Amino acid sequence: MLKYSLRRILVSIPTLLAVFTIIFIVVRVAPGDPAYAALGDYASEDAVERLRERMGLDRPLYVQYFQFLFGLLQGDLGHSLITQQPISQQVAVVLPYTLQLTFAGIILGIILGVPLGVLTAVRRNTWFDYFGRVFSLTGLSFPIFFLAILMIYFFSVQLGMFPALGAAPFSEPISNLHHLVLPAISLGVIMFAYVTRMTRSAILNVLSDDYIRTARAKGLTERKVLYGHALRSALVPIVSLVGIFTISLLGGSVLVEEVFARPGLGRYMIGAMKQNDYTALQSIMVIYAIIIVIINLITDLVYGLVDPRIRYS
Amino acid sequence: MAESNADSKELLQPSRQILTARQRAWRSFSSNRTAVVGLALIAVLVLIAIAAPLLSPHDPLAQSAVNRLETPSSDHWFGRDHYGRDIMSRVMYGARIALIVGIASVAFGGALGTIMGVVAGFKGGRTETVLMRVTDVLLAFPDLITGLLILAVLGAGMWKMIFAIGITIAPRFARIAYGATLSIKEMDYIQAARAVGVKDLRMLTFHVLPNMLGDIVVLGSLWMASAIRLEASLSFIGLGVSPPTATWGQMIRDGTHQLAVQPWFAFAPGIALLIAVFAFNLAGDGLRDAMDPRAQS
Repeated sequence: MLKYSLRRILVSIPTLLAVFTIIFIVVRVAPGDPAYAALGDYASEDAVERLRERMGLDRPLYVQYFQFLFGLLQGDLGHSLITQQPISQQVAVVLPYTLQLTFAGIILGIILGVPLGVLTAVRRNTWFDYFGRVFSLTGLSFPIFFLAILMIYFFSVQLGMFPALGAAPFSEPISNLHHLVLPAISLGVIMFAYVTRMTRSAILNVLSDDYIRTARAKGLTERKVLYGHALRSALVPIVSLVGIFTISLLGGSVLVEEVFARPGLGRYMIGAMKQNDYTALQSIMVIYAIIIVIINLITDLVYGLVDPRIRYS
Repeated sequence: MAESNADSKELLQPSRQILTARQRAWRSFSSNRTAVVGLALIAVLVLIAIAAPLLSPHDPLAQSAVNRLETPSSDHWFGRDHYGRDIMSRVMYGARIALIVGIASVAFGGALGTIMGVVAGFKGGRTETVLMRVTDVLLAFPDLITGLLILAVLGAGMWKMIFAIGITIAPRFARIAYGATLSIKEMDYIQAARAVGVKDLRMLTFHVLPNMLGDIVVLGSLWMASAIRLEASLSFIGLGVSPPTATWGQMIRDGTHQLAVQPWFAFAPGIALLIAVFAFNLAGDGLRDAMDPRAQS
């Protein structure tokens, strides 16, 4: 298992390098001069020149590229073009909120989605299954920001049960969780729909296998067949899809943060975009890339745990 | 002898059971009730988008400061927005942007991705490595974040939006086309075509591409839903077509600030968006099942 994990970690290094290079090209090279973009059309040549010098934008592109990579190796994300503050400071403040939100969404989705998926598969073609399927397809079609707005309208504006906007610091856990409920449900419902659908089809696929028939034939209870045999091997596709959807949830968190005016990496990114803060944008993308690689890594490691065949191949 | 003649005649008669793949797909699709509902909803949406000037009860751009944020009435079914414009008319016009961006971005992204995948699979070597590495990197990021990044660099606007969404979804097509090309490449008829000296471009256009067109069309129909949702999400963030053109995402954004006063400002475009995405998902699911012989048991 250790060898497998190490190999997986080594494999992700060239991927990260490729991602960083593409981010550098897209954010730094494509828009032209970042200093000019940050200061706007009316900035004097002098001011642009000074900013370029301070941010190292006057050096040749390949030098900037290597500086960017070496900076990353030392954990240095650079300075914001607009505020001149270290980007890592800002990221350290907002990242926990994004991770908390995404994690809460995933947990909600799995806790509700796996049992509903199993139940709809077992009670295939009953009204229960039909309801479950309509629910999951609706969930998949629901634009996340619209769902968030409906949540705000019903639970904050109408019922006044939860705060509509913002977040509370982690030092006030009760208020922090109170603020988390609506955003987490908005994100979690989508995950719930995905997980239900995928669990249903994974279980259905497995239920027609020979070894399930054998298990039934040797007289195992239906519960044992389902949880001991079917769910165990259906877990492999479910784990991989949960990994994929976790990444798409990260995209959804951008919208949820925007609707609830919640601090987070997504909102920081939108802010940086609107201010043409290209150095911040570049670093935020790097953080996203690292998170995605870590999620993929965890998914692969969990794979190894649920399916011994993968570990040893 | 006479008997065998009758036999062969019978054999020559086309049996009612033998259908072409296309007929079979249509039968399967049209007997799928949810898929037909999806298709009907799409037809209604297209009709509304095309005939918006005829169908909309009011001018979508006509402002009225005194009537701003008016709640629903018999004359203005969904009320008025913060400039006093009729929300129902704006929702109808919004269908235009949603459909244009949806169709154009899927067409662009589908074509680009398919070409990337086919070329990578067919050429091999360094071209393959570079194209598929770029594809993998793009696939790693959530759609919304890729779309945001591209629009951040390009700036807002409809064509830029189509470009951004197209680039975002191209890698999905590249993956499918790449896989299909690898398997088609090994088939006998391709080897035969190569043996008689068919040139690369001709081979790709007439022998490789037609063989995977079904898969690509199904993928396109499924991605239409996502493209429409992505357009609305990006407009919601404020990167869409610039005002005063009506887009659902922009309307929902403006409506969010007025939830307590005029909830239909955000609800009406939100429901329209939900119906559009739902319709394309239903139809896309049905099309996928219809084109997949394994699903037709």
